[in-house]
Amino acid sequence: MSTRRDFIKIAATGLGGLALGAGSVAWFRGTSRWAETAAKAAAGFQGRFPTYCEICFWSCAGWTYTDEEGRITRITGNAGDPHCNGRLCPRGTGGVGAYYDEDRLRTPLIRKEINGKQEFVPAGWDEALDLVAERLKEISRKHGPESIALFNHGSPGDHFGHLLKAMGSNNIAAPSFAQCRGPRDTGWYVTFGTGVGSPEPTDIRDTRCLVLIGSHIGENMHNGQVQEMADAIDRGATLITVDPRFSTAASKSRFWLPIKPSTDLALLMAWIHVLIYEELYNRDYVERYTYGFDLLKEHVRNMTPEWAYGITTLQPALIRETARQMADAAPSVIVHPGRHVTWYGDDTQRTRAIAILNALLGSWGSRGGFYFAESVQVPDYPHPEYPTPAWSWQDLQREKYPLAGLAVSNVLVEASLKETEESRRIRAWIVAGTNLPLTIPLKKTLQQAMQDVEFMVVVDTMPMEITGYADVVLPECTYLERYDTLRSSAHREPNIALRMPAAEPMYDSKPSWWMAKQLGERLGLGSYFNYKDYTDVLEWQLQQLGTSLEEMKKTGVKKFPRTSGPLYFQKGENYTFNTNTGKIELYATELAATGYDPMPVYTPHEEPPPGYYRLIYGRAPMHTFSRTANNPNLTDLMDQNDVWVNPRVARLWGLENGQYVHLKNPEGIVSSFPIRVRITERIRWDSVYMVHGFGHSWKKLSRAYGKGANDTELMSKVTIDPVMGGTGMRGNFVTFVTEEPVAKEVES
Amino acid sequence: MRYAMAIDTKKCVGCSDCVVACQTENNVPIGYCRDWVTESVTGTYPLVEIEIRSERCNHCDNAPCVRCCPTGASHIVEGGVVMVTHNKCIGCGACIQSCPYDARYSHPEGYVDKCTFCHHRLVEGGRPACVEVCPTRCMYFGDLDQPQSEVSQILARRKWKVLAPEAGTRPQVYFLV
Repeated sequence: MSTRRDFIKIAATGLGGLALGAGSVAWFRGTSRWAETAAKAAAGFQGRFPTYCEICFWSCAGWTYTDEEGRITRITGNAGDPHCNGRLCPRGTGGVGAYYDEDRLRTPLIRKEINGKQEFVPAGWDEALDLVAERLKEISRKHGPESIALFNHGSPGDHFGHLLKAMGSNNIAAPSFAQCRGPRDTGWYVTFGTGVGSPEPTDIRDTRCLVLIGSHIGENMHNGQVQEMADAIDRGATLITVDPRFSTAASKSRFWLPIKPSTDLALLMAWIHVLIYEELYNRDYVERYTYGFDLLKEHVRNMTPEWAYGITTLQPALIRETARQMADAAPSVIVHPGRHVTWYGDDTQRTRAIAILNALLGSWGSRGGFYFAESVQVPDYPHPEYPTPAWSWQDLQREKYPLAGLAVSNVLVEASLKETEESRRIRAWIVAGTNLPLTIPLKKTLQQAMQDVEFMVVVDTMPMEITGYADVVLPECTYLERYDTLRSSAHREPNIALRMPAAEPMYDSKPSWWMAKQLGERLGLGSYFNYKDYTDVLEWQLQQLGTSLEEMKKTGVKKFPRTSGPLYFQKGENYTFNTNTGKIELYATELAATGYDPMPVYTPHEEPPPGYYRLIYGRAPMHTFSRTANNPNLTDLMDQNDVWVNPRVARLWGLENGQYVHLKNPEGIVSSFPIRVRITERIRWDSVYMVHGFGHSWKKLSRAYGKGANDTELMSKVTIDPVMGGTGMRGNFVTFVTEEPVAKEVES
Repeated sequence: MRYAMAIDTKKCVGCSDCVVACQTENNVPIGYCRDWVTESVTGTYPLVEIEIRSERCNHCDNAPCVRCCPTGASHIVEGGVVMVTHNKCIGCGACIQSCPYDARYSHPEGYVDKCTFCHHRLVEGGRPACVEVCPTRCMYFGDLDQPQSEVSQILARRKWKVLAPEAGTRPQVYFLV
């Protein structure tokens, strides 16, 4: 089939001919050069440079150390940083691997047709940037700047977002909303009038009871939370974990509720029932701060633990006991809102139920519950006003998902299809720091959209699958080699952190701020980039904040005094919430007004057909989705994912530990690669589990290629959350294929 | 002085940060490690338990690796730390065979390598890199001869076990259970 955009494998012709940079060889220690360098390094570190981590989005601040040859040797946490308290997680410690990864993108690449075959040809920066600017200018002139969209995750998005807004488009989406946290923040918003945010303001440090629902802290290595959970264990806090899998957190919990998957909402409603009908709720708090209690009480009248038992398979006595435990600890209790919550399509309603539980327990704004986070507003470096876009993502999703507070990535993908109405069609994509094929589960739509857009530029440090669809690939240097925007985090104490380079960019890679500025200047938007170097921006911003680049280079992190008041509600304090009623809405008027259930209603979800098992996916502490799958240090810890199978199921299928199988879904999709079987009592018999982010189909990722299975490709069924457009991904089922399937050419 | 380490299995989440931190601290080649994480699962769903342990050289009081070393490369220094002098080691591997904990590996440069409790940090008054990095603070380190040290305190307060006590090696890495 002839397509406009063939998937190009960044191949030997493109890169192999280039000499390795001086810095890339010695990492494979054991070479004498490494030993020599190591001996020198041991003699004393030569430099220490502040940074904040880009390996996940907890963004811990740390220090990058270099030896006397200027080589990066290690990264440690910044003791003054509330995200990490001086201790990075394995990914942050292994961040050096992102720098030394010899598979990194080395030079700009341009798609060219040579003898009828599309190939990537290495190019200089001027040629690549000229081409990108020319194409963007042309598309903007013909169809308006709004027809250009940005998909991003992490720091590069800041710089390209600025560029896009300067051009006159606001079509900017991050999969972290519709593929991850969106339902939670929407559910919270309609209840408390505010989202949860990141880092979550959970006061785990001082809690007496922590309830985790499908949240596997410890496996999702969100550093500050893991640290505080360990402290909570030390202090003897009660942990309650709801998970069909015996997660690490479950193993540390006093109560583990091995729930039947997809029934969490029934459990939550039963807990609400117990709190209300056993009169265990926080009466003062509910009277002072909430709206709709009587409506809620009537709503949950019949949602008893006995009712929930038939749905969740959890003993009514256990449901009652755990509700009482929460009430005993209240208000120092946290029913954790979770983070990746796009599961079954009713996710906003499920997180709503979690929000309601917290309101009944009085934990929002209480010590040991949720604190009021505060951040510092970093002033924008002076630039002309952004032009007002003629249309934006809000117009695309206003009718469909009125309560989605951020752009829904899948809506922007759909708007990129050819059949989209001309005046609202996305024609060009800038993709920065997100590997869409392993992120967005709507594979067909995504594939079609990537064919239909007229131009695509991808910015990344690694040759991720998404680069294969680009017209131009721009190689970004890693976070250890660049300045970036200041990290301003909402926390107990407002604080900022600096990222500065510890070494010159390796190969021909460049920081995103530089690329955005270069493109801006080529597009006649130089006034938006009115500085020579990004340090000019940082210096100006830091001066506005009463500090300086020099000071920040020494401290890395700076804390500011709170100005918004105490961390928690004061006794008897009145407070107006940002909702229609000014109260915490147990009955959500915003949902009622937009035609959704104002209070959560449990609806059953599809169950696996005979011979199939629900595909549950999650995180491993040493990896961040697919981003780290090629990192030499982190693949050394874990180089593939396993499929967890209950021993009873394994017996049925005659599976053995360590055997490789393919997985197949009811729609006939077979995993591109085999996955190793792990037979374990830690998983229910109706489900299988795997860590997300493996099964890369991109040969240029030499360590990650073909290792394990890619859960995203097995997700043929996506249940869209009607409230905010999230893509529910836990409604997929798989079975085992034990014989080797017919070999096929793999594309991502 | 008697250095020892205690690791709280109730807090450890098995993230392997100790492993990466050790690798970058001690220039352990990729593909090798001086410390590692094990997980043992017992019981039947849903009555399951797991124990996660960060393991390494036990710096035994009665160290078979030191006794069997033909060149004296394996030796014990002050504080009971078992060390290997790389340029005295002939790489014969007798110590690897004798260790009941499989704590040693052959370095690609021809000598045997293992955990040193980050001896280079201890002599400067520091603590091992794994202890310093652990996000859950589940590792305690110090001098067992000092009753006030954090390791003495925690061992006095908590129930603990050691690995393979039947081997008679008197290991000095303790696991809080």
